[in-house]
Amino acid sequence: MDRVQVRTGDVAVWLLLLTAPYWLPLTGGYVELGSRILILGLASMALNFLLGYTGVLSFGHAAYFGLGAYGTAVMMKYFYESTPLAVLFGVLVGTVAAAIIGPLIARLRGVYFAMCTIAFGQVFYFIAFQWRDFTGGDDGLSAWHREPLHFGFATLDILNNNKAFYFFVLAVFALAVGVMAFLLRSPFGRTLLAIRENERRARFLGIPVDRHIWLSWVISCCFVSLAGALYALLNDFVDPRALRWDQSGNFVIMAVLGGMRSFWGPLLGAAIFIVLQDYISSHTENWMSFVGLIFVLVVLYFPRGILGIVRRKLTS
Amino acid sequence: MSLLRVENVTKAFGSLVAVDNVSMTVEAGELRAVIGPNGAGKTTFFNTISGFLTQTSGKILFDGEDISGLLPARRVWRGIARTFQITEVFPELTVRENLRIAVEVASGYRMRVWQPADAEEEVKARVVELLEMGGLTEKADRLVGEMSHGDQRANEIMMALALKPRLLLLDEPTAGMGDQETYDITQLIRKLHRDQKLTIVLIEHDMRVVFHLADRIMVLAEGKMLAEGTPKEIASNEAVQAAYLGKAAA
Repeated sequence: MDRVQVRTGDVAVWLLLLTAPYWLPLTGGYVELGSRILILGLASMALNFLLGYTGVLSFGHAAYFGLGAYGTAVMMKYFYESTPLAVLFGVLVGTVAAAIIGPLIARLRGVYFAMCTIAFGQVFYFIAFQWRDFTGGDDGLSAWHREPLHFGFATLDILNNNKAFYFFVLAVFALAVGVMAFLLRSPFGRTLLAIRENERRARFLGIPVDRHIWLSWVISCCFVSLAGALYALLNDFVDPRALRWDQSGNFVIMAVLGGMRSFWGPLLGAAIFIVLQDYISSHTENWMSFVGLIFVLVVLYFPRGILGIVRRKLTS
Repeated sequence: MSLLRVENVTKAFGSLVAVDNVSMTVEAGELRAVIGPNGAGKTTFFNTISGFLTQTSGKILFDGEDISGLLPARRVWRGIARTFQITEVFPELTVRENLRIAVEVASGYRMRVWQPADAEEEVKARVVELLEMGGLTEKADRLVGEMSHGDQRANEIMMALALKPRLLLLDEPTAGMGDQETYDITQLIRKLHRDQKLTIVLIEHDMRVVFHLADRIMVLAEGKMLAEGTPKEIASNEAVQAAYLGKAAA
């Protein structure tokens, strides 16, 4: 695909996202659905930084998503009621945890890496589940809410105005996605592609592969914890399910569904996943079986994901 | 001082001794071939030099310094580059991207998240130079995985060269290639050796290639060194003929 096509694609995505609060209600959706798609899309794109661009599969990203969410909720509820500060704190907690765990798993490959990420993820799940006094246990952390943003000259009421919250999320999303795209286009980003393409060759070019996998992991977890922080703000609530391994699986499903070799693929995957969830779950509790069926069909027939098909149609 | 000295290297996998007490000295600017029948331990010997495997005993000195315990990446940083018997490239990227990554890493830019314009130009120029040297200019924007075996190999050799190595290790550079491809790769290696005075150690099956290129040849058989010398000496060595060359040299 040539440059012009990529640019047109990017412009189309941003236009759709910028106007979503106005056209979503017309299609039977609602503004919060848009915020949700952005947030889980960001989480899945962050996972894809590692999965699609470094070639490393994590099945434990919910841990850092959840840590971001808990960090945000804890700051809001116990310490200081400021949205930006709470988000920063959430990201810090998730990223630091990932940075510490990283060296323990960066030497592992394939299914061993995936298994260890699940194991570490479950550790955090059980901590959140058991530590009732602090985390609220199974009931989660409630009785707090996001705070309006004060800019000195103006106030953005993200608490009561759904559209304002959507645009706040979109701004954070744009920043995060921009940084990831920037990194992927840099020499550092290309060393990650090298590792994905052929680890042995990467090593014999002189790339310290484990260290670069660790860095990619930390970057990926940093953005997934940012998504987690936003998720806590969206719900004004967090519970241990945000940390659980099935949430990690959902991120992987979104990425694969949309196409893990394309930058926007995971966002599309998240959109499909969430719209299906929203629509089907109002008819049946077994909405996951439908998502599962679609997932299996995509993996079997379109291994490059839905955006992969679109791309091939465009290039041929 | 010799560029590479391998001293009494042994590599055992359990009770199987793949390389048995082999020593080799390669002078700067030399082109050395390592030959031997299948299973002679050539690739294992190679792997201990590049750091892909760690030897059971013995020492490897590069430019006078002991590198026996260094990780592969560190040996690369000191100037040892290699190719593999089964080509190791980045299949889903173009030739240009393959070389670009190699050049950027070689230039010490692997941690850069932003590339200044002058560095970008410098990298591009170097990539163009490598494309030309490898005869890949017209194929620069093709995906490496979709190219012929010979072109993939040329791409791999160029990636190794991007590192500006002081020692280039080539593991069966013409393996599985047709006559024309073999000829092209042989010409390329000869050019690197003659024009750039690059020190090269290569494993090769094709005797025409070996006798055509090598300054000196080492023969391995069953993990041990059988003989070493100039192509003429090797061709007339009776032990070598008995063990291995017999038909091929005739």
